[in-house]
Amino acid sequence: MGIQSEPMITLSHYLVLAALLFSISVAGIFLNRKNVIVLLMCIELMLLSVNINFVAFAFFLQDLAGQVFVFFILTVAAAEAAIGLAILVLLFRNRGTINVQDLDAMKG
Amino acid sequence: MTFDLILFYVFGAILLGAALAMISVRNPVHAALFLVLAFFAAAAIWLLAEAEFLAIVLVLVYVGAVMVLFLFVVMMLDINLARLREGFAEFLPAGLVVAAAMATVLTLVITRFIVMDAPERADADYSNTEALGAVLYTEYVYPFEIAAVILLVAIIAAIALTMRRRPDTKYIDPTRQIRVRRQDRVRLVSMPSSPEASEKDRSE
Repeated sequence: MGIQSEPMITLSHYLVLAALLFSISVAGIFLNRKNVIVLLMCIELMLLSVNINFVAFAFFLQDLAGQVFVFFILTVAAAEAAIGLAILVLLFRNRGTINVQDLDAMKG
Repeated sequence: MTFDLILFYVFGAILLGAALAMISVRNPVHAALFLVLAFFAAAAIWLLAEAEFLAIVLVLVYVGAVMVLFLFVVMMLDINLARLREGFAEFLPAGLVVAAAMATVLTLVITRFIVMDAPERADADYSNTEALGAVLYTEYVYPFEIAAVILLVAIIAAIALTMRRRPDTKYIDPTRQIRVRRQDRVRLVSMPSSPEASEKDRSE
């Protein structure tokens, strides 16, 4: 870990940061389970933490494939956000609420 | 402590702080703004890992497009904030326990088993964008095109979902329009050519 010499950024730094970010967004999903918009934002944060892992491994293994994968994850995440927000707008237009508890039309 | 490490700690602290603020603020607009701050800090951390192109893309695409879309939707919807905050305190212990357990286990595993020293920094004339483009358009060209198709599908889906047909909109039905024949639109009237004849016509 470089205690003998000058401490540097190691892979563990990036991975721990991403793990903490992921845990925070899991906690966010627990806390804001009524609000669909904040749930979507927490999912974006989770994807960001996974992307930090990919970027860190791409740097430490000196392999650009990780960065290419982040590129595709960003594409899919943008598409997901666009469709998710479109569904959200449609939901609000039809039901007048975005509370998760009110969305029980398919409940048996 | 190297300058890199100081920068890493500063931006990491900003990132985690912004994430904590995002999940705990009351107003969704503030949550979106804190998420923007988190994306900026993450872009700075990606710069430290020599992913310059992706850092710029993160700011341009996420902050510039996705988060603006989020803010747009949040401001467009008239949300009852009080009802959405119900149960926040109720789920707080469960969320904290799960998050703390997950963070502890992940951190232990990562620090115990994954040890890797930092590689040499790239030269000053190394272009990350160029290197990424060189593999993206050769080795990963099919995934790249599939990504383009995914974006196209997302555009069509988003428009198809949110398009609203108003009953009072005036529009032309194309099928009826192309079925129009000449005699539906043009009426030939035989008119006399001389003024006297037209006078006579009018008096009749």
